[in-house]
Amino acid sequence: MTYIAKPKFHHPKLPTNKLGYTRRDYEGSVSTLCAGCGHDSISAAIIEACFALDLPPHRIAKLSGIGCSSKTPTYFLGHSHGFNSVHGRMPSVLTGANMANRDLIYLGVSGDGDSASIGLGQFAHCLRRGVNMVYIVENNGVYGLTKGQFSATADRGSKSKRGAVNTDAPIDLVGLALQLGATFVARSFSGDKAQLVPLIEAAILHKGAAFIDVISPCVAFNNHPGSTKSFDYVREHNEAVNRLDVMIPREPITAEYAPGTVREVAQHDGSIIRLRKLAEDYDPTDRLRAMAYLAERQAAGELVTGLLYLDPEPRDLHNYLNTVEKPLNALGDAELVPGSAALAEVNAALR
Amino acid sequence: MTPTDIRNPDYFHKVVDCQWACPAHTPVPEYIRLIAAGRYADAYMINWKSNVFPGILGRTCDRPCEPACRRGRVEKEPVAICRLKRVAADNKGDVRARMPHRPAARNGKRIACVGAGPASLTVARDLAPLGYEVVVFDSDRKAGGMIRSQIPRFRLPEEIIDEEVGYIADLGIELRLGKRIDSLAALLAEGWDAVFVGSGAPRGRDLDIPGRKEAAANIHIGIDWLANVAFGHVDRIGKRVIVLGGGNTAMDCCRSSRRLGGEDVKVVVRSGFEEMKASPWEKEDAMHEGIPILNYLVPKEFLHENGRLTGMVFEKVAAKYDEKGRRQLVPTGEPDVRLPCDDVLVAIGQENAFPWIERDIGIEFDRWGLPKVDPKTMRSTHPKVFFGGDAAFGPKNIIWAVAHGHEAAVSIDKLCSGEDISERPAPGVTLVSQKMGIHEWSYDNDVSHEERRRVPLRPLDVALKDIRTEVELGFDAKLAYEEAQRCLNCDVQTVFTGKLCIECDACVDICPMDCITFTHDGEEEELRKRLKAPAWNPTQDLYIGGDLKTGRIMVKDEDVCLHCGLCAERCPTGAWDMQKFFLEMTHAGAACRS
Repeated sequence: MTYIAKPKFHHPKLPTNKLGYTRRDYEGSVSTLCAGCGHDSISAAIIEACFALDLPPHRIAKLSGIGCSSKTPTYFLGHSHGFNSVHGRMPSVLTGANMANRDLIYLGVSGDGDSASIGLGQFAHCLRRGVNMVYIVENNGVYGLTKGQFSATADRGSKSKRGAVNTDAPIDLVGLALQLGATFVARSFSGDKAQLVPLIEAAILHKGAAFIDVISPCVAFNNHPGSTKSFDYVREHNEAVNRLDVMIPREPITAEYAPGTVREVAQHDGSIIRLRKLAEDYDPTDRLRAMAYLAERQAAGELVTGLLYLDPEPRDLHNYLNTVEKPLNALGDAELVPGSAALAEVNAALR
Repeated sequence: MTPTDIRNPDYFHKVVDCQWACPAHTPVPEYIRLIAAGRYADAYMINWKSNVFPGILGRTCDRPCEPACRRGRVEKEPVAICRLKRVAADNKGDVRARMPHRPAARNGKRIACVGAGPASLTVARDLAPLGYEVVVFDSDRKAGGMIRSQIPRFRLPEEIIDEEVGYIADLGIELRLGKRIDSLAALLAEGWDAVFVGSGAPRGRDLDIPGRKEAAANIHIGIDWLANVAFGHVDRIGKRVIVLGGGNTAMDCCRSSRRLGGEDVKVVVRSGFEEMKASPWEKEDAMHEGIPILNYLVPKEFLHENGRLTGMVFEKVAAKYDEKGRRQLVPTGEPDVRLPCDDVLVAIGQENAFPWIERDIGIEFDRWGLPKVDPKTMRSTHPKVFFGGDAAFGPKNIIWAVAHGHEAAVSIDKLCSGEDISERPAPGVTLVSQKMGIHEWSYDNDVSHEERRRVPLRPLDVALKDIRTEVELGFDAKLAYEEAQRCLNCDVQTVFTGKLCIECDACVDICPMDCITFTHDGEEEELRKRLKAPAWNPTQDLYIGGDLKTGRIMVKDEDVCLHCGLCAERCPTGAWDMQKFFLEMTHAGAACRS
């Protein structure tokens, strides 16, 4: 861990966003993770995305479970709400918080151990319920805190730092998320912020269950030859299907693209996701074809990244349950205690 | 772009902005760390070696290092480098045992220095310990030149001059004082192996406007008047004083006047306040002593009655800029300004004067009356005659005179050894890793957020009573420590080794100043615009690292790097390391010879 405090000085021309904050205002305390950890890059990407979207820090809730990844919320958004839950139980805590206060932006941060092993059930149910959130898995394929045993996302045949070969089949969280009905599914790489930051921005703007699987090399236990989650391996096998820019409605469109290479997807809130196609014929709004494509490329040994699936008209758990528009803490006595006439009406409906 | 060649000493030298800006290239961060550690004598000796007069310069230097200081680009104000130097001088104790010894034997070479100012004394200091017989001539009765004659005592007490001139005199040089050299031809005829001319810029410019002759008794040339004050020939001035001119001499004149009976002292300048040549801190000091500075007033006439000065008339002007951006002072048409006064001090510039150098002995002069001098070797067009200080290129300052003296001494040493003086010695450079353990560095890299400390001053009523009372008290140990901690240790360099880098972005993410970018290659101008923080300061280099697996390049904008070492601290592979760069100029002696 690092003992030097990060100086408060910043670049004299560091830009401010519409709220008057600099990017540095979205930071947390200095990371205590190993130097070079991919997770720190993801933290930096979250900071950049929240800054770029002009999000008021006090309107964000960050929740996590247990593990290296789940420590990271301390290292970003130091002025937001935070909750470190029990191992693998972040999704249910997040779901409850979301039910109680639907006005906050929910950022669930988890790891491959937290989500693919102990919390796999929680992971599955919160996606299939369509909780409005951004669910980020910082996926390094090992249990870093316990010295580098294979996790459930480690590829069959990959080698541990000590030379042991993994014989178990991997859990593909992206495949599961697609199958379980997540309305925004993406995969990215901690070493590619140009791809990751817009994905996080788009996921935050998405009003539904957004899942991002971020391959994040563990420099201490999983960055050696034979690993399939090392910097070198991911860079060699990374096949991005698209690149995206997130357009907030009030921003003028300035970038120019060659015709036929761009697809714009309007989001419910009026923002536009602009996709620059890299793979021919890849349609991120076609869930079944996306699943087939992913399986095919995976078999060919490629790691597909980018925005893999997007439902432009998502519904979320509040829609399904037809809940009240206001967060519970904003309801007054009149709404919370409707009186005996209302109770009689409810009882009558159940007879 | 081509990867940066960090073996070229200039690259990291430029990153140490203060040292690069110092004409004598004093290793500033190194001595500031020693001050923070309370090792004042060590800090003094580093200074003494490179700038010869730490106690004097710590009070009077023009401090080109401070405007260059990186801290000034990071926050409001630079480190108070100059006044920290004084701390080393004030607290060093007895350093005589550390000084070079008189040589055991002479080498048989004889060198004459004309003028006993900072340039000549530097030449003498560099050459005497090597065995040269150095003789210094000066018309004044004491050595020191303008240091003694032009800087008022309330800024620089005489005992400091005596001490630091004394260290040089103790090296076995001969001072022939009270004797003016009237002919360079005659001096050369005495058979010296080399002659160094460090006679300064001794003539103050006069102001020829109506009334000058009639009121002459109360109109004084600034530097002559300061010299008369310094040597005790003048100890009074009228109650109402006008000082003409906006340079540091004018500031010394007005502040001296305040101490010699001047109650209503004004400085009047032709141009705007901002364009004045005086250092900002000298203007501040003058205003602090109740001296107003009136600008955009052009002197028109001295008023006099019965042969006695009564006042001055000024024309009001305004600055107008033409399309080429050149400034002109145009009369505003408003009525003239009349200011009553008893004395006027004219401090509107200095000129070189060489009436004692014959024009037919092989020394060529340019059309401004300055000798033709090679700025590298300091040699004139005469093979054995060298120039330095104000005598070489017109009025500058003490630290430039010292730098000239060092270079001239190198030239003289090479000349007397039969070498080509145009081949200049490379500086001595070391680059040493500061890593001591996993999270341990052998320098204090916790960046202080404190603001610049003010030097305590003596109360005004006490300070103005006696011209010999030093007005600045200097930093005490606590203030000095706090100020020293503001230094960013720019000499502890960020050294990048591309083949160790795994491009994990840890350094990019942690850097508080957004200095580091990994990107595809390009032309510098275009590259500067697309860095994580665009590099707008073209005077600061980009550090380019290659050898990366992805084929990208590492670009570090040196401009506002805090040298906090977080990049190296967060680097998992040691691709970044913090290494201390120490550069010492090569002075006269065996090391300068090939």
